[in-house]
Amino acid sequence: MTKTAAALRRPGVKTDTRTLVALAAGLVVTLWMADQIEMDLFMAFVLWVLVAVRTIFHENKAALTGTLVALAVWAIVLPFFQDSGGGFLEDATQALALTVMALGLNIIVGFAGLLDLGYVAFYALGALTAGWFMSGFFSSAGGGEGFSLLVGEPASNLPGVHFNFLLVIIVAVVVTTIAGMLIGLPTLRLRGDYIAIVTLAFGEIVGRLVINGDQIVFFGQKITNGRQGITPVDKIDLPFLEPFTGLELRPWYWVALALVAVVLFVNYRLRDSRLGRAWIALREDEVAAASMGVPLVKTKLLAYGTGAAFGGIAGVFLGSYLNTVNADQFQFSFSIFILAMVILGGLGSIEGVVLGAVVLSFINFNLIPDVFNDYPSKVGLDFDLTELSFGIFGFLLVIMMVLRPEGLIPERRRKLELTEGIGAGDTALGGGETIEEVRA
Amino acid sequence: MADNGVLLSATNVTKVFGGLVAVEDVTFEVPEKSIVSIIGPNGAGKTTFFNMLTGLYRPTYGRVNFDGRNVTGRRPDLIMKDGMARTFQNIRLFGTMTALENVMVGQNSRMRSGLFGSIFRVPRVKREEREVEEKARETLAYVGIAESQVEQMSVNLSYGDQRRLEIARALASGPKLLLLDEPTAGMNPQESAALTSFMRKVRDERGLTILLIEHDMQVIMEVSEYITVLDHGQKIAEGTPEEVRTNDRVVEAYLGKQGEKEAAEGAARREQPGAGPGPGGPG
Repeated sequence: MTKTAAALRRPGVKTDTRTLVALAAGLVVTLWMADQIEMDLFMAFVLWVLVAVRTIFHENKAALTGTLVALAVWAIVLPFFQDSGGGFLEDATQALALTVMALGLNIIVGFAGLLDLGYVAFYALGALTAGWFMSGFFSSAGGGEGFSLLVGEPASNLPGVHFNFLLVIIVAVVVTTIAGMLIGLPTLRLRGDYIAIVTLAFGEIVGRLVINGDQIVFFGQKITNGRQGITPVDKIDLPFLEPFTGLELRPWYWVALALVAVVLFVNYRLRDSRLGRAWIALREDEVAAASMGVPLVKTKLLAYGTGAAFGGIAGVFLGSYLNTVNADQFQFSFSIFILAMVILGGLGSIEGVVLGAVVLSFINFNLIPDVFNDYPSKVGLDFDLTELSFGIFGFLLVIMMVLRPEGLIPERRRKLELTEGIGAGDTALGGGETIEEVRA
Repeated sequence: MADNGVLLSATNVTKVFGGLVAVEDVTFEVPEKSIVSIIGPNGAGKTTFFNMLTGLYRPTYGRVNFDGRNVTGRRPDLIMKDGMARTFQNIRLFGTMTALENVMVGQNSRMRSGLFGSIFRVPRVKREEREVEEKARETLAYVGIAESQVEQMSVNLSYGDQRRLEIARALASGPKLLLLDEPTAGMNPQESAALTSFMRKVRDERGLTILLIEHDMQVIMEVSEYITVLDHGQKIAEGTPEEVRTNDRVVEAYLGKQGEKEAAEGAARREQPGAGPGPGGPG
């Protein structure tokens, strides 16, 4: 740092050379990237300005609040600067839906410390709920005439069951909360790695059920369409609004954004509540938590249930948005994809998880297929870069673990654990003492 | 209310780990508002016994009565709610939570706000949060943790403050019985003396009953009204400090092999840090 820079430096204001160089590089990359992914250049520039202000005045409360409000406004007005039928909004909407899921998984893994490798199950159940109650899937419903509730034309005239989007969301929340608690039950007496294995198996079971659901018949009705998928799924139909269409993507984007806002609100409220403290206590030391009056079963099941409910909400939205509910969507790799968002952003850190979800979504939906896909052929190689996407995510995670293991925006607790070597789990069996049966 | 002024009673409590009998047929009572100690050599089964009282272990045989009800095999969080709070031999704070948050967790069982109340932060939940925080601050001050340390992560506190914080966390729930597992371990003589008078103060001011496991003979003899001696999982003696001090079996079992000389300075005997006992015989 030069003398002038040092003289300029005030407490809470980051103006060291490294930060400034990083911000300058960030501007170049932002504008180039925006051009590549067809994002509005002005909006990209505004985004960069907001991030820069936040970084430089990182300790100024007014600046932090101000930029946060500005970021929210930015996210709301963004669609007006984009083509309503374009690829950018299409991807952004999916990114927001995945953000909802990442925030849900963050409650289970980040807050309560229960490693869940089967989160895709909740996506599947949410999407299936949409498939069942927002399509012609139950073709014999209402004597073949169809059954509808609070939906307008044309869905109300079609065969099958057609519920209003908001009702289906409520149904999905109930279904996935129950499923989350069911998966929670067998893991109650397990720790760490074993929880991961059970949840992984649960994710696979649900995936298999969806694939083979066309063979499973109750009262003459199969439960899924297997690989063929349930399609079409009704578009979102909200009161006072025109029914959504596949050509106008702005309303979809705003609905997804609203879902993110709701889920964020719930996340913050829960984090700073009795339940949030109980989750962290549980993550830190189960035995001590139980001895301090935290009911283990209830607290864990609430973590699974709430986390799962968010997966279900996102599942309903994506079922309707993608217009299909098929088995290929619900693979193990999807669980890992969401988990990678949580880890990349910072386990337990709400802001971090949002950032992680947005970053990984854009790498997955934009950078790999649209921007870099023809690079291998340019250098004379013949393969499709999208086939490597999970290799690329893995590589990113490895780099993260080396350079910044606590995540992009670390939660203060995690940072402490990683930098000072104290932490969750170490003490769970403290000093060789074996609590043989912490019954809960 | 407790029967005949007995707050806690254990009857024929036994714990078997595989083939090893860690605690065998121990019967004892803790009178209300008394300070009672359990002593014994390393591996005598003291902590195992504690873990059975607080619900972390289910006794193989026997029965534990607390405050007039049978709590044998009851869940630890419910036993806490009934009014039995504990500390741990090797400090088990929630390391990455602040001192304040630790004490707030300690009040979990007294709180009523649920999932939806917390999400919508209804007035009742808001009020409860405020009260719990106030109570936590007050308890922290009571145990002597400086104002400046309250918002610190508990791992960053000094060793003595961590011990005090564990006590505050247990006290905040307003228990009837406080179980302290080697509270003076690793403390210097001044700190031990301060803790000794603190125990008396808590008992007198808050009407608590205290049951402690301790190795520091000076502390034990000074603070305890009754002492129970365990050796190899069995109760070999009990009585007032004077009776126990002069009991031949105690001297033989607990201090004997060390010789009379060391008996006088039994205070020096401490478990080595980190060398926690195995499942067979938590100390």
